[in-house]
Amino acid sequence: MRRVYGFHGGIHPAENKHQSLRSPIRDAGIPPQLTLPLSQHIGAPSRPLVQVGERVLKGQMIAEASGYVSVPLHAPSSGTIAAIEDRPIPHPSGLSAPCIVIDCDGRDEWIEHSGVADFRDCEATELLELIRSAGIAGMGGAGFPAAVKLAGKPGASIRTLIINGTECEPYITADDILMQERATEILEGIAILRHLLRPEDVLLGVEDNKPAAIAALEAAAAGTGVEVVTFPTKYPSGGEKQLIEILTGKQVPSGGLPADIGIVCQNVGTAVAVSDAILRGRPLLSRITTVTGEAVAEPQNFEVLLGTPMQYLLDLAGFRPERCERLVMGGPMMGFTLAGTQVPVVKTSNCLLAPGVTELPAPPPAQSCIRCGLCAEACPASLLPQQLFWFAQGKEFEKLEQHNLFDCIECGACSWVCPSHIPLVQYYRASKAEILLLRRDHERAEQARLRFEARQARIAREEEEREAKRAARKQAAEKRAQLAAAEGGEDPIQAAIERAKAKKAAQQANGDTASPAPAVAPLDALRQKLAKSEQRLAQGREAGEDAKIINALEATVTRLQGKLAEAEADAASATEAETR
Amino acid sequence: MSLIRISSPHAHGATSTSSVMRQVLLATLPGIAVLTYFFGFGTLVNVLWACLVGVACETLAVSLRGHSPGFYLKDYSVLVTSVLLGIALPPYAPWWLIGIGVAAAVLMAKHLYGGLGFNPFNPAMVGYVVLLISFPVQMTAWAPPRGLAEVPGLWQALQACFLPASYDAVTMATPLDVLRQNDGLLMEDLWQQTAQFGRWAGIGWEWANLAFLAGGAWLLYRRIFTWHAPLAMLGALALMAALFYDGGSSASGGSPLFHLLSGATMFGAFFIVTDPVSSAVSVRGRLVFGALIGVLVYLIRVWGNYPDAVAFAVLIANFAAPFIDHYTQPRSYGHRKTGGKP
Ligand code: SF4
Ligand code: SF4
Repeated sequence: MRRVYGFHGGIHPAENKHQSLRSPIRDAGIPPQLTLPLSQHIGAPSRPLVQVGERVLKGQMIAEASGYVSVPLHAPSSGTIAAIEDRPIPHPSGLSAPCIVIDCDGRDEWIEHSGVADFRDCEATELLELIRSAGIAGMGGAGFPAAVKLAGKPGASIRTLIINGTECEPYITADDILMQERATEILEGIAILRHLLRPEDVLLGVEDNKPAAIAALEAAAAGTGVEVVTFPTKYPSGGEKQLIEILTGKQVPSGGLPADIGIVCQNVGTAVAVSDAILRGRPLLSRITTVTGEAVAEPQNFEVLLGTPMQYLLDLAGFRPERCERLVMGGPMMGFTLAGTQVPVVKTSNCLLAPGVTELPAPPPAQSCIRCGLCAEACPASLLPQQLFWFAQGKEFEKLEQHNLFDCIECGACSWVCPSHIPLVQYYRASKAEILLLRRDHERAEQARLRFEARQARIAREEEEREAKRAARKQAAEKRAQLAAAEGGEDPIQAAIERAKAKKAAQQANGDTASPAPAVAPLDALRQKLAKSEQRLAQGREAGEDAKIINALEATVTRLQGKLAEAEADAASATEAETR
Repeated sequence: MSLIRISSPHAHGATSTSSVMRQVLLATLPGIAVLTYFFGFGTLVNVLWACLVGVACETLAVSLRGHSPGFYLKDYSVLVTSVLLGIALPPYAPWWLIGIGVAAAVLMAKHLYGGLGFNPFNPAMVGYVVLLISFPVQMTAWAPPRGLAEVPGLWQALQACFLPASYDAVTMATPLDVLRQNDGLLMEDLWQQTAQFGRWAGIGWEWANLAFLAGGAWLLYRRIFTWHAPLAMLGALALMAALFYDGGSSASGGSPLFHLLSGATMFGAFFIVTDPVSSAVSVRGRLVFGALIGVLVYLIRVWGNYPDAVAFAVLIANFAAPFIDHYTQPRSYGHRKTGGKP
């Protein structure tokens, strides 16, 4: 048995999984209309490839990926494109977004498709491209494009491949039943991922509350080298970071990716989707969705076409709307409420929870935080939720970041234990959004500042250039004048100066010293004085005279030096003025 | 059909602040019972009168802040404060003394700071210290335990509380007082010559402490709080006592067992130190917080000038709690160091 590790915190909410495990996976069939949001994954929305009115076949690509972190979309059944427009989508915001709507013809006619003959003959890039073009985005709930995660960072080698069959959220059994019924396909998918990543270890992590799934997986995995690892049930052990810690004892560095420590994590549903795509040429068209809660008569798991309206699915399970006052996509811990029943099933819809009014009662009004610390004990990220709450209330964003708000995985364990029923996670979400907004504003301001500075610099530079040009023009004019003077004495000023110079030269040549240039005589006198003083100083030093005297001499020398320098400068400027 | 839209999680655990407080109240019962058995009905009257005043103060404060009192009374926190203060006060205290203490606790220590959850100091201990400083005589008068004097009945207790002028109080030094005032007697001799001492500590006191320990153990079992702060306090106190015990000379500060079962040790450890609001928040923080209180209790008991040290020690530690928090922030997932950046 492989050693399993623990992780900090965690809780044990009522599991409520048995309700939906009483019957096998049921095919939900083809609804009259399918609504396919262009954005069902993390990353850029896909770009439509079809026109309204066009007939499409099952499996036909109807929207392409629009960037690296993006995936294409395929028609889950045959029919005609009824519309490409904004429709309500399952999203926490409750907003509408662009969707492709297909009127199904019920014939379920496939486009021509086939799997690869032997994936072992395929290059990694080829497999990645196939996975990518099959539209596979993480089926565990977050919806990160599988191919991007598998491609990883160039140069980083993957030592451990982890397949997540934990499904720690209460109520959800989609992965559980998938593992029970389709263990072989999961192992097929794993084989492909292994070929792709070539890890040393492949670990399939399952919580110990799924004995049937564990048995099925162990049977299928026998002899393959894939280790089925079971560990005690505790929420949220299925969180990627927590699962990695449980199975390897390592922690993903804050702000980093599992790939940074040589690990890639994929969900069991993704493994099946990969095997479908590679071995059968079947893109991602459907998924397993748990429909459960007291407001449905027969909780169970459906294999449901993407785009199927929730209402259609609820009706299949015997929806009792009078018992339901909220509808949750996902589990009770991390799922979000839906605005209506017309929104479609998407790639990340692992569960549709319709709790009865008394089953999951709305929380009572929040009381004061008594700092009991239960939340800190429960937090799997080892944060201090009560402090985060305090800072979030005061909008102390810096403190929030210091207390690692961004390491919060929004698992809801803190809110679950809070005896004062404070909706802690709501505060964290809001604060995160606000901080991100501020960061963006800050970045914008920064960019604006840079732009402004660049502009100022440009203006200054242009001004300088103009100045330089002006100077150059002036110089050129002077030069021209000089040339002209040299050639023919055109310039009267220049001519006068020349005459004066000539006269002076003549005088000097005549040995006429009666009127020496006024600047020269005091200069020489100064120089002589300085030389004398310096001499005197040197003598004094040699003779070891009194320090006082030496000091005085030194002062004299310095003073004379200063005077001389001044006089020289004056003289220089005088001669300069003369030569002008 | 209109669906409500709320943020996750949609499921909640069963604990509520009210039930936590109710269980704390329940857990004080054995201690109150033992105090009543040994010292008479004084403590019970204290507690009941404190509760009445407490509820009145809470209602007043919450109304003044423009809220409806019903919702806030339901968190039971004011009852906890009142009961704890009632237990801490000497039995047969006059009504006004209790009233002032409760008012100081509820109005000043709790609501002036913004109500439950915002008070940096333990309200009951603030009330206690305010009284101790203002009325030292009344606050240091403890009744003798059963066996050393006749224990007053309910009627006398009521008389002592509400007609204090007509009540003739009988008081006696507590074992902690005796020990502090001892000079010259070896521990063993002191033990034999002083009537107040029982099997391990003071008569009555030892059982009261054991009763509070039992209540605390039950709360621990119910996971109302974690063991860190109380056990750190008891451990630090015992360690200090062991270090300075020196086998029982006249200068000795009393054995570890004596300290653990004297005065407000167990009451403090399980009902005061565990007050979450005014303590440190993290597990490591609570260890430090508890240990600090344990050390301070010993220092004040042996070298200080007050009948018991828990209240002062707790307030000092409350004061230190934000600093303790600052230095004991846990290491978050994926970080190498505690706090801040990885
Ligand atoms: S669990 Fe709730 S009441 Fe307790 S410390 Fe955390 S936020 Fe405060
Ligand atoms: S939601 Fe965030 S703060 Fe709360 S327990 Fe989960 S990780 Fe910790």
